[in-house]
Amino acid sequence: MNVAGGVVQAVVVVGGAPLLVGVMRQVRARLEGRAGPGIGQPWRDLRKLLGKEPITPRGTTELFRLAPLVSLATVLVVAVVAPFVTTVPTVGPAADLFAVVALLALGTVVLALAGLDTGTAFGGMGASREVTILALVEPTLLVAIFALSVRVGSTNLGAIMTATVEDPARVISPVSLLAAVALVVVTVAENGRLPVDNPSTHLELTMVHEAMVLEYAGPDLALVELASAMRLAVFLGLLGNLFLPWGLATGTDPVALAVGVLALVVKVGVLGALLAAAEVFLAKLRLFRVPELLAGSFLLSLLAATAAFFLA
Amino acid sequence: MNLASLGLAGAVTAGVVTALVAVLVPVRARPVVTGAGLVLTGAAGVAAGAAGLAGVTFSVSWPAVLPLTGVAFGMDQLAGLFLAVTGGVALIAGVYGVSYSRHGRAAQATLPLFVVAMLLVPAATSVGTLLVCWELMALTSLLLVLAEHRQRPEVAVAGRWYAVLTHLGFATILCGLLILVAHAPGDSFADLRAAPLPGGVAGLVFVLTLVGFTSKAGILPLHAWLPRAHPEAPSHVSALMSAAMVNLGVYGVVRVGLDLLGGGPRWWWLVVLGLGAVSAVYGILQAAMSTDLKRLLGFSTTENLGLVLVGVGAAGLLAAGGQRVLAGLALAAALLHVVNHAAFKTTLFLAAGSVLHATGVRDLDQLGGLRRGMPVTTAVFGWGALAASALPPGTAFVSEWLLLQALVHGVPEGGGAEAVVMPVAVAVVALTAGLAVATFVKAFGVGFLARPRSRQAGEAHESPPSMLAGMVLAAAVAAVLAVLPTLVLPAVGAAAAVAVGGGPATSGVLTVRLTGVAGELSPLVYAVALLAAVVLVLGGLRATATRRARRAARLWDCGGGPLSARMEYTATSFAEPLQRVFDDVLEPEQDVTVDHVEESRYLVRAVEYRRAVPDRVERRLYPPVIAALRAWGEAGRRLATGSVHRYLGYGFYTLCGVLLVLAVIS
Repeated sequence: MNVAGGVVQAVVVVGGAPLLVGVMRQVRARLEGRAGPGIGQPWRDLRKLLGKEPITPRGTTELFRLAPLVSLATVLVVAVVAPFVTTVPTVGPAADLFAVVALLALGTVVLALAGLDTGTAFGGMGASREVTILALVEPTLLVAIFALSVRVGSTNLGAIMTATVEDPARVISPVSLLAAVALVVVTVAENGRLPVDNPSTHLELTMVHEAMVLEYAGPDLALVELASAMRLAVFLGLLGNLFLPWGLATGTDPVALAVGVLALVVKVGVLGALLAAAEVFLAKLRLFRVPELLAGSFLLSLLAATAAFFLA
Repeated sequence: MNLASLGLAGAVTAGVVTALVAVLVPVRARPVVTGAGLVLTGAAGVAAGAAGLAGVTFSVSWPAVLPLTGVAFGMDQLAGLFLAVTGGVALIAGVYGVSYSRHGRAAQATLPLFVVAMLLVPAATSVGTLLVCWELMALTSLLLVLAEHRQRPEVAVAGRWYAVLTHLGFATILCGLLILVAHAPGDSFADLRAAPLPGGVAGLVFVLTLVGFTSKAGILPLHAWLPRAHPEAPSHVSALMSAAMVNLGVYGVVRVGLDLLGGGPRWWWLVVLGLGAVSAVYGILQAAMSTDLKRLLGFSTTENLGLVLVGVGAAGLLAAGGQRVLAGLALAAALLHVVNHAAFKTTLFLAAGSVLHATGVRDLDQLGGLRRGMPVTTAVFGWGALAASALPPGTAFVSEWLLLQALVHGVPEGGGAEAVVMPVAVAVVALTAGLAVATFVKAFGVGFLARPRSRQAGEAHESPPSMLAGMVLAAAVAAVLAVLPTLVLPAVGAAAAVAVGGGPATSGVLTVRLTGVAGELSPLVYAVALLAAVVLVLGGLRATATRRARRAARLWDCGGGPLSARMEYTATSFAEPLQRVFDDVLEPEQDVTVDHVEESRYLVRAVEYRRAVPDRVERRLYPPVIAALRAWGEAGRRLATGSVHRYLGYGFYTLCGVLLVLAVIS
């Protein structure tokens, strides 16, 4: 058991995720020649939403009210069990890559059900699109995991990261590079970023994630927003740690943990800024072009998996 | 007499007595009697299976009972596993049937016999016994599929499909096993294991039996009966067929391929793995497109059995490469998936039966809003849907995780074929899991949440207590399997070891630990952690958010007035993006008819849009075969003109021909 590590990870992810979104919006604003609201704006938004009265749209069931809780809870569990700051497992053997991926999918699924529960056309549309993308992302994700874990002989995140720290040459191997590109596409698709979905769209018909959560307001919306920010942070953190695991604490002493937190913040911040900068140059793809993008990334991950056998 | 033989004898006695009593008692008492008898039969089956799993064995043989072959029964862990699963499903179906079943005398009396036949198949230890029980199972299930033939004409069609395909399967199994017996001193399994077989003959036996057994398991291409028969059968019979009977196809493949034939070359298992992979993806795609709730569940059975065969194929492949430990792991994953699938599919079919009972509607496009009228059914179906979509803390997650572990670790040193097969298999499992999520979000979200889309759905009421008890029991079993799979894993590992050798595949009480390779998972930790996180988030929300009362508000309708149920997303529209993505695979049929106003071509009076997603494999594969058979039949007709002289001539020439052949070869 490593309670301190788990608590530190949870605090860093919960506290840092809205700031990450703030940084990304700020980068985008500056590149577009705007002043931007500052990186603290998402936190201010959350505070404002938490102060509003909770609203239940007519005709929805308790699932609609539970969904934001469960969605946030799944990301919170991932933030605690996966190695972001330290490789020492927090609660027993829980840092399995397949399980982490499945937990994150669970968070999407409950929100999709809530979208359907509203009974509006937009809710159903968002849910249908989100679930379609989820179904198509899954093969890429799991085969990329497969490619990374074959060399290590384990799907445990800690084991994969430790193996990379011990043998830095792995990072520039074809397997890693191919898997990294595939996982970047996955991260973009799973978090509803451009070019798959536009997080700042205001037209219902083009929305994916936003249409699904259209009916949420007040504290419920705050939870949904926080969960989606944390999801992005978790994906970027996993991406950073899987391919550049340096700085991860291997013990539980406070100095190592502090270094781990610093490394995580730098890695996620840089990745987020890069993603935001890239988004400035991209337009949203038509929904039915998205499968082509995902098929491409699937091909890369399959190549990574076969390369893991033949080049090992 | 030990517990295993006593349990089996008890189950057979209870089943047969129930069947007799069900014929005799008056209409009103019949469901109760059948239900109670079924519960007894099932419980005895579970006891026998549990004893078998614990290592109790027995072997009996009565040569005089059946002419030519005699009857022989026995028990090992592999048989015990399938016995226990069948018994468990029968028990739950019995509880459920007390207030569900309003069928006639024949159907009520056949049900216990069907269960008995299913219990006897894995216990059979000679080819003759196996074939007789297999056929008994096919016939009784056919009668049960036809139970509601007076109400709906489609039932007869479904019954015909089922009768033809199941007997086609039986014929190939018969041929395969008879070839096997011809090369052995006797027809008992012990004789067959010891028989020296030429490689070609073994391959022929394997392929023939594989065709027969996979047709029973609903695997492509002989799956066409399954999505027809499952929706038309009464729901507790659907549960029995989908959760217990199809498993016996897997049992047959494992018993004959891995146990009796002792493994065999790689290509056997590549074929099995390929069939499983294709069935898994095709089954779940069809399920994702389906709007009929029970048809959807039927196709999901094809998918899950496909995943099981992926595991069985991987086990055979690894065993052929000499990796016994990993083969044991892959087979344990497959068998655990059989158990898990039985649990959640029973849950889902019984919940679907409850919906059908309350509304009379199976079409998801007309359901919705059942949460208000049927809270228990909704909760049970929701839990079953979570269990079926391979997400934690669901049931299928554990077995699919084990399967993925077996595939990840199944890396032979320098094996070329496996280097391509294993990643593709992982991709198949992943795509299947993703599409299963979409399918069950659709089934649950559209069917049970939101607003009712028809009058029947709006007036739905909760089912009677025995149906609820059956459903909740099934859901509870699925929950236990999801959180504590370690309760059954040692037994499942032992059953796998019977077929591929090696030791137990996993260890651990609260955590599933793989033996021989790195990997551990604790479903309990995830369940507890999720619960704790929800509580934590709720606490955080209470502490930070305002404490104002919840207010009901209008839904966002773009300012266009209140939303009606016709504006909701339906199951068809939900699946439309996926249908477009997999257009080339599914080949949907679309038809748009535009009616113009008479005066002007530019004014449209009505637009009609029709879409259907027919089963493409069936449409491409079956008509040519049927046409060929018909042509053959037509040709045969010319031989039989009705002239007696001609028939006498046929006899004469045949006799001469046979004599000639005998003279030449002897």
